[in-house]
Amino acid sequence: MILVFLDNVSGSIKKSSLEALSYGVAVAKQLGTEAQALVIGSANSDLTELGNYGVSKVHQVTGPEAFDAQAYARIVSDKSNELNASVVIFSHSLMGKALASRVSARLKAGLVTGAVALPDTSNGFVVKKSVFSGKAFANVKINTAVKAISLNPNAYTAVLGEGKAEVTTTTVSVDAKVKVVSSTKSSSDRTLTESEIVVSAGRGMKGPENWGMIEELADVLDAGLACSRPVADAHWRPHHEHVGQTGVAIAPNLYIAIGISGAIQHLAGVNRSKVIVVINKDPEAPFFKAADYGIVGDAFEVVPKLTAALKVGA
Amino acid sequence: MKILVCISKTPDTTAKIAFTDNNTKYDTNGVQWIINPYDEWYALVRAIELKEADASIALHLISVGGADAEPILRKALALGGDEAIRINIDSDDSFVIATQIAEAAKTGGYDLILTGKETIDHNGSSLGGMVAELLDLPYVSLATKLELNGTTANVTREIDGGQELNEVPTPVVISAQKGMAEARIPNMRGIMAARTKPLKVVEPVACEALTTTVSFELPPAKAGVKLVDAENVQELVRLLKEEAKAI
Repeated sequence: MILVFLDNVSGSIKKSSLEALSYGVAVAKQLGTEAQALVIGSANSDLTELGNYGVSKVHQVTGPEAFDAQAYARIVSDKSNELNASVVIFSHSLMGKALASRVSARLKAGLVTGAVALPDTSNGFVVKKSVFSGKAFANVKINTAVKAISLNPNAYTAVLGEGKAEVTTTTVSVDAKVKVVSSTKSSSDRTLTESEIVVSAGRGMKGPENWGMIEELADVLDAGLACSRPVADAHWRPHHEHVGQTGVAIAPNLYIAIGISGAIQHLAGVNRSKVIVVINKDPEAPFFKAADYGIVGDAFEVVPKLTAALKVGA
Repeated sequence: MKILVCISKTPDTTAKIAFTDNNTKYDTNGVQWIINPYDEWYALVRAIELKEADASIALHLISVGGADAEPILRKALALGGDEAIRINIDSDDSFVIATQIAEAAKTGGYDLILTGKETIDHNGSSLGGMVAELLDLPYVSLATKLELNGTTANVTREIDGGQELNEVPTPVVISAQKGMAEARIPNMRGIMAARTKPLKVVEPVACEALTTTVSFELPPAKAGVKLVDAENVQELVRLLKEEAKAI
């Protein structure tokens, strides 16, 4: 069977985990087996509803009060052993990145992180993943009987059907070494890697005081906000908005780059976006070469017009 | 207090990405090698800052790779490490790398093991977690701040939509990302001192690779940009809706 670990963030299952769940169901079909889900912690929603994504069973384990990679890895590994899982699937999310590697080492299960496609089982078990910060893909063969995969967010579309899953809840006692002292939320609760549309701006905006129009455009599109490295380095915008090779790598359906020239390091973080729109007053900006649509023009004039046009169409 | 920083060699961020041998090998022709930026700018520099605040800290560096990894270790020593270890094996399997580092760490008695959040070539994000699991140590990933307070590490890490402050006892493994420290350039004194700092070469322990990279491919080329007049943004909206179906 295929075991899919679902990120439970304050009681809610993340969108990227639902993608991983649908991916797991598809892998199970490929291998002629079934997929089951694992949720750690209490949930705010009815977990039987996860049956809509094609799983028959949801294993809920309560006990840990906060995320601790060590404690979680034990729970996931024990469950995988108990259920005799052949593939354990994670989302390549913040939680998944910390956990998949530990589970892989614990189970001696070959791991491919950042998977972008279903495995090719025609000759072994080969998974395609993003490498070189989005500039290439590698096909990686997993050599072990038990396998682990973490799926890149936005790489596989969640498939919603109809069904009810059977939920079994068990409680474990854990010895978590990591204690949470406090947490702070940033203004947006949208995780950039999960946003379907991202509006991003660069030095062309001239200063942080001009970000109002960028935020308005993002609002009308319900988009995540990003920026280029010079903007984050100059503290015009917070570091977590920096996309690129040394920031966050994203793959939204639509990426709108405003006043960003498109240095190779920036492109590396965004070139897996499905559609790229570039707005720049310099027709020679290298970003146009990587774009699907472009407007050569002054962002200070084009952006408000674009926001207005979108409002009319909405 | 002993700190171990894991250092990986990666192509420069502007390096051309091409493949040879029927797309099975990365073409290293003309590639400049650098310390993986996450290992250098964030993990290593933060470790150096901690050592600057407390001179009793011993700062060791480790890299798994062939002799061509040594210039990278020398540069890291020039920035501020005390001594370096190179485990003499080339592998593209993160479990093999993690096993070598964990083995070296077992005898090293480290209180803190730092890694970058991922390398910019493999993008695995898996080394820190694997090392932590192999050593049965706690692991805090994607850290943006780190303070040491006796045998406690206060670590701020990225969570969905914000930041979380964690308190964790040492020994601990931590993966670092942007925010942790600012990039530095080695000075001449550091470069000179690095020449005589110990760089120990250790033979690897036996370990089976759990994965094998079969081939590489480049993303399909873009069809070319479709330009829309700046006076006609409605047309862009129409294209995004009807042609690209992106909104």
